[in-house]
Amino acid sequence: MNAARVLGATYAADRTEPLHLRRRPRAGLNVMRLLLILVALGFLVLFIGMPLVVVFSQALSKGWHTYVAAIADPNALAAIRLTVLVAAIAVPSNLVFGVAASWAIAKFEFRGKSALITLIDLPFAVSPVISGLIYVLLFGASGWFGPWLMEHDIRIMFAVPGIVLATTFVTFPFVARELIPVMQAQGKDDEETALSLGASGWQTFWFVTLPNIRWGLLYGVLLCNARAMGEFGAVSVVSGHIRGLTNTMPLHVEILYNEYNYAAAFAVASLLALLALMTLAGKSLLEWRRPELKYGALSADRQTKRGMT
Amino acid sequence: MAASAAAMNQSFRRPRRVLPGFGLTLGYTLVYLSLIVLVPLSAAFLRSAGMGWEGFAAAVTTPRVLASLRLSFGAAALAALINAVFGLLVAWVLVRYQFPFKRFVDALVDLPFALPTAVAGIALTALYAPNGWIGRLIEPLGLKVAFTPLGVVVAMTFIGLPFVVRTLQPVLEELDREVEQAAATLGASGWQTFVRVIAPTLWPPLLTGFALAFARGVGEYGSVIFIAGNMPLVSEITPLLIITKLEQYDYPGATALAVVMLVMSFTLMLGINALQTWAHARHGKK
Repeated sequence: MNAARVLGATYAADRTEPLHLRRRPRAGLNVMRLLLILVALGFLVLFIGMPLVVVFSQALSKGWHTYVAAIADPNALAAIRLTVLVAAIAVPSNLVFGVAASWAIAKFEFRGKSALITLIDLPFAVSPVISGLIYVLLFGASGWFGPWLMEHDIRIMFAVPGIVLATTFVTFPFVARELIPVMQAQGKDDEETALSLGASGWQTFWFVTLPNIRWGLLYGVLLCNARAMGEFGAVSVVSGHIRGLTNTMPLHVEILYNEYNYAAAFAVASLLALLALMTLAGKSLLEWRRPELKYGALSADRQTKRGMT
Repeated sequence: MAASAAAMNQSFRRPRRVLPGFGLTLGYTLVYLSLIVLVPLSAAFLRSAGMGWEGFAAAVTTPRVLASLRLSFGAAALAALINAVFGLLVAWVLVRYQFPFKRFVDALVDLPFALPTAVAGIALTALYAPNGWIGRLIEPLGLKVAFTPLGVVVAMTFIGLPFVVRTLQPVLEELDREVEQAAATLGASGWQTFVRVIAPTLWPPLLTGFALAFARGVGEYGSVIFIAGNMPLVSEITPLLIITKLEQYDYPGATALAVVMLVMSFTLMLGINALQTWAHARHGKK
């Protein structure tokens, strides 16, 4: 039945074409179509489906008891708490920044705007490991501020503040990138109307702008949060890997894995995989409500340039 | 003409800013950007400047460093190439054909964006290890993926796939079907239509997707280190070498290597921006 549906598939647009333009489906074309679909799906099963399935299968390979024990382990719970804490600081910071940046960029014209947009994107081009390294160079024992911090007994490296900083760097562009095109598409007519009717600046933002951008905002926060909770490379450099203290969930997975404790490693990993699946579900839901969000992050640059001309 | 008139207007009259908050939001943006991104990044460049040119050159041309750079860039290029081919196919199938669970499949394409890299790393290793689901099948063929440079390519392919698919999809969706139908009525075969009519439009986004996937692969760490085996000179990627140097307190060596990668990534990023502008200009001309 599935094959029949595949073979019978035609362009949705074709059905609205005048009759003389419709091409009769040829057998050769349909075999080709089926083949292309099968190869594409095969590739996706190999590279997306199987890695996803293997996480859960390995996590449950020693039974539910081991699974629950791995997650209820005090070090695992500490890692979960730390991961949530770090995201709870990094995501709102980047959210406030994203709103401020997109307000300035979308509502006003100024010199150097496209350079600013490129600079905001910069962290995407930096390897996660280097994102951690630069903070070591600043706050590490032999870093610029290292001696001063040591004198005042302030710990940033190999402690929670360093993890928060590295995570904030890595997730820096997410909200701004989603919001800039959304705000540009909104224009500023609504805000100008509100102001002319006597609303204050803050009132205009809260009651006019925010409702207009809420889906884009949520979309950016969703992606930002997924990356914040899952970041590995940058956090690995600055964390110091102290069990129960500076281990986030991805780092805890690594430690368990390197100790050949595979079932436990995959059990914690399965929580992160669930988070990823929930993120994708939320993302699809938002895209279904607001189709223009789908390619936002990738084509933000394009749309930004379009908005400026 | 219109642009220059507007520019002249601006130079005579200060632009009227009706909306409030420009100073506040731009100021906050610049301060936050500087504190989180620009100052820390410049630390890497200033630190390596202190090494002197000769020290810098010596640090980044050791055989171990060169081998890691070759692997990181070579594997990323190969993975991006695989993604260009299969990503185009996946995007094409998702845009043009109907099949069961299409929405679900479409959503799953973003999994590499959402799945933490460490999870991807151990999952791929479990699959391709000699006793894994895939490793068991290819082992008898003499093919080893896990703990070899080939494993690096597999991990980078996983991580780069959404970049190609998501760059191509919007362009494919906007393609003008009438042009294809015109080609078909003029007697072009399906393949001829693809090569002569569709392909020219697809080159810019395909190149952009390739470059994005390549850039991501070069810097990738989490998903690679588990499956790579990490043998110096053989399967050790550059980001891992940076960490190794850090752990040995070789800060200058780590920083020099980071600067090399940063310069290459920024060059790539500017190239991608130029590509997108080019693609957009071509798109706009239509």
